[in-house]
Amino acid sequence: MSNQFFAPGHTACSGCAQSLAARLVLEAAGPEIIVANATGCLEVFTTRAPQSSWGVPWIHSLFENVSAVASGIEAALRADGRSEKVKVLAFGGDGGTADIGMGSLSGLMERGQDVLYVCYDNEAYMNTGIQRSGLTPPGGNTTTSPAGKKSIGKLEGKKDMPAIMAAHKASYVATANASYPQDLKRKIKKALSLPGAKYIQILVPCPLGWRYEGKDTILAGKLAVETGLFPLFEMENGVVTKVMKLKEKKSVDDYLKLQRRFAHLYKSEAGKEELAKIQTIADQNIEKFGLLEKEEAKA
Amino acid sequence: MKKVMEGSMAVAEAVKLSRPAVIAAYPITPQTHIVEDLADMVANGECNAQYVNVESEHSAASAVLGSQAAGARSFTATSSQGLLLMAEVLFNIAGMRLPLVLVNVNRAVSAPINIWNDHQDSFALRDCGFIQLFAETNQEAADLVFQAYRIAEDYRVMLPVMVNIDGFIISHSFSPVDIPEQAKVDEYLPAYKPLMKLDTANPISWGTMGGPDVYSEIRYSLSQAILNSKPVIAQAADEFNKIFGRGGSGIVEGYHLEDAETVIVAMGSILGTIKEAVKERRKAGEKIGILKIRTYRPFPEQEIREALKNAKTVIVISKEISLGYTSALFTEIKAALYSLAQRPRMAGFIAGLGGRDITLSTIYEALDVSKKEEPELYFLDTSKELEMLEVN
Repeated sequence: MSNQFFAPGHTACSGCAQSLAARLVLEAAGPEIIVANATGCLEVFTTRAPQSSWGVPWIHSLFENVSAVASGIEAALRADGRSEKVKVLAFGGDGGTADIGMGSLSGLMERGQDVLYVCYDNEAYMNTGIQRSGLTPPGGNTTTSPAGKKSIGKLEGKKDMPAIMAAHKASYVATANASYPQDLKRKIKKALSLPGAKYIQILVPCPLGWRYEGKDTILAGKLAVETGLFPLFEMENGVVTKVMKLKEKKSVDDYLKLQRRFAHLYKSEAGKEELAKIQTIADQNIEKFGLLEKEEAKA
Repeated sequence: MKKVMEGSMAVAEAVKLSRPAVIAAYPITPQTHIVEDLADMVANGECNAQYVNVESEHSAASAVLGSQAAGARSFTATSSQGLLLMAEVLFNIAGMRLPLVLVNVNRAVSAPINIWNDHQDSFALRDCGFIQLFAETNQEAADLVFQAYRIAEDYRVMLPVMVNIDGFIISHSFSPVDIPEQAKVDEYLPAYKPLMKLDTANPISWGTMGGPDVYSEIRYSLSQAILNSKPVIAQAADEFNKIFGRGGSGIVEGYHLEDAETVIVAMGSILGTIKEAVKERRKAGEKIGILKIRTYRPFPEQEIREALKNAKTVIVISKEISLGYTSALFTEIKAALYSLAQRPRMAGFIAGLGGRDITLSTIYEALDVSKKEEPELYFLDTSKELEMLEVN
């Protein structure tokens, strides 16, 4: 079944979580869908002409306009009476979503057109060689936020896209993770059952950009969740309706030490200060979303 | 039946009668009246299109890219900075062979910011792969919309068309316009049958990466498609003439070329003023003619050569400049005439930038200067200002 919508034989790196996530999304959503794909890894590694991995209608236009392209497709489906049966999905990476595509995504969300936007978040511009994006986490060493004698990597925080989408009154906002395939597929199905504009951000670890071995992709995704750095939650009409609980809190070190993009933080005083800040971010997420089961039992 | 109406309304009526399924647009002066009129028509149920209010021109072009790919006849309109913001998408639309119709209400480009008319905006997009047509009057602006859909959607073409109308001079001026009946338009422009579309019954991948192994061939075929559209453009005009009893020829039009020793070449609404000037000078016995270029891309090289082969002096008056050289239209006309055994004298003039009025005296100045000189780059109506600024 998986091969029907998203065929193997593409040119993704081994251990690429984005290819895994895309396959899961299509398994959950297909076959009555049209996919609009922003420029990025997913577009490049699946469609080197004359080959294609896509078993559903698929279009790529440009980097920053996937939300508008999807809006046009959705309007055309309404015009010719297909909109009840066929759903539109827009795919973008973190840069295509939170940076260059932010305007067109905001437009789509404001119009509330019946489109599911999926952000494949690998936390940097991986397709062009690991440059910093608005979704690169603080402390991340990228080619344009390099760690050096006077820098600890990315100085700024990670843009809170789910909150921004919720502020647009998106009918459904969720985070997902390729290491939790059943949860991911359920969220895709749930989103497609709801009207209006929906947003799902999937964390997709990248062995090349995060600098860990490809075999550890599932582990990296799990640790992002288990440390509280990438909480899994759902929001409907701006309100959190469901979170994935954690059995225990893991130290952010378990996650960060796996990846050499954070290795420099363990080598300087400034880095150690940054590590403390990253732990605070995780703690605040756990608090904000009520992620720990035992804390709930106490309350 | 003829009614006195604004050029923008004439365009909006023509768009409505063309039965677009999707309209996406973003407001910019002087395009706004067109999209406001269409919004009214949709709000009142007179036009059955899905109207997508986007947050930028980049998204307007992207939305109609998506709707065209999904099989819907689509429309957008813009001007100036809006067209420039669309630039990336317009190259994309042409490369994807989507038969979109876009009305560009020609306006100057910033800086300095200027909302008035010239042709710099569409000239900046000359090489994007759109067929470019230029309207002379309100009537022609409306008529070109019907013809544009006919041309774009022809399976021999499958290319986007940009209909250029002069900002304010056409878009905001009132003149009698004959808006045809729906039945006649339907006869001329049948329902859109896309050659291919995004369809779950027949999944295709569209907009895939083309490496060095295929890119040249794809661009070559795009170039050939634009060149090959010329007979289709001519045919669309001929059939328009048959059904509606007006319209002229599709590519170029000549006035008094039979005996003309001097020919003025121009595009758009300036032709009205040029016709008046030529009428006056011919009364005085000067053998002057006009070559109107209606189709700018594909560039009508052979038609221009044929029309100007007996001219002794060719004057080009254009509302654009390729900064660092001269008028792009002038250089192209000159190149088209290079292979003539007897090359004419050539005089290149730039006029009407940023909405400066072009009057009869502007045209007379060009005619008088060209008797003595063959300027490559001559700004009409500006000598006093340039002297003041000491830029010469």
